[in-house]
Amino acid sequence: MLYLRLFLEFFKTGLFSVGGGLATLPFLYEMQEKTGWFTVEDLSHLIAVSESTPGPMGVNMATYTGFVTGGVPGCFVAVAGLVTPSVITIIIVYRILERFKDSRYVEWAMYGLKAASAALIFSAGISVAKTAFILEETAVCVSMINWIAAALAAVLFIAMKLTKKHPIIYIIAAGIAGVLLQL
Amino acid sequence: MKEFLDLFLTFARIGGFTFGGGYAMLPILQRDVVEKKKWATEEELMDYYAIGQCTPGIIAVNVATFIGYRKKGIAGAVVATFGMVMPSILIIMVIAAAIKNFSDIEWVQHALAGITVCVCVLVLDTVIKLAKKSLKDIWAWMLALAVFLAALITNVPAALLVVSAGIAGIAVKKAAALRKGDK
Repeated sequence: MLYLRLFLEFFKTGLFSVGGGLATLPFLYEMQEKTGWFTVEDLSHLIAVSESTPGPMGVNMATYTGFVTGGVPGCFVAVAGLVTPSVITIIIVYRILERFKDSRYVEWAMYGLKAASAALIFSAGISVAKTAFILEETAVCVSMINWIAAALAAVLFIAMKLTKKHPIIYIIAAGIAGVLLQL
Repeated sequence: MKEFLDLFLTFARIGGFTFGGGYAMLPILQRDVVEKKKWATEEELMDYYAIGQCTPGIIAVNVATFIGYRKKGIAGAVVATFGMVMPSILIIMVIAAAIKNFSDIEWVQHALAGITVCVCVLVLDTVIKLAKKSLKDIWAWMLALAVFLAALITNVPAALLVVSAGIAGIAVKKAAALRKGDK
């Protein structure tokens, strides 16, 4: 009953990892120890692959593990296990919100949540910027800034403001620019 | 049926171009789901992000479920989520089966460096735009600043910050309501 176990292991991961992809990591390490489905090296390789392919990291992890252990059906089973808790929880939360949407308290809580949400996304953007623009994580001085990356950012920003194309266009263009500039 | 296909394809496109986790998909969501399809308003999108951060599972999947459920009920939630994870599944399967050291390939790394630059410009630009619309008064901005600093300096988990901000939101609004009541 490999598929059932795959489903249950990833269900557990999905249920207990609050806050996105990296939060799934401790669960994957635990799964590695317990099941031996993949090695620790596989896991670090997998993190690198996840970071270099699109899509949520947790989903990438589940797909890879599912594939290694159970082939193509394994992928689907593992991913289904991972997302099931999300789907169920969000449907319940949505219904509760609908029922109480006229309550002042819900409205007030959402007022605070929106502020937190904006702040957290902003700080995530900043930490990505740190890896993109700063060469070494010691003290910031002029030589440590990746000027080519900074120039690319400026060009992209101006292009976005002037042309207002779909974000995907800029992502593809930036990928090509990265290859050409040997970034 | 057409609406389900629309949900699936929209989220598949988002999943296929989200490099770097749930936050990175914000610009594409804002463009496709808010501006183009009008499936949610900017404020609702911020709400979904906030809730997605303090409920189990991957943020990207939580947001997809929210929008899918709202559009087409439980089937819509499943279809949107499936669309979101489909590109990851396909890409990781190919990589796992065919390319051993995908993330070590030199041009892949250069392309990713370029994409990372683009993602942080896009995310910061989008979040500022959304914050301007959904943070309505000075207290909301203060709250956002407090959460931002806490996220930057401390190791408090994001979920806890979101919940605290919700409580703070209730406190701020309750105090304002009491003051008004006194007059």
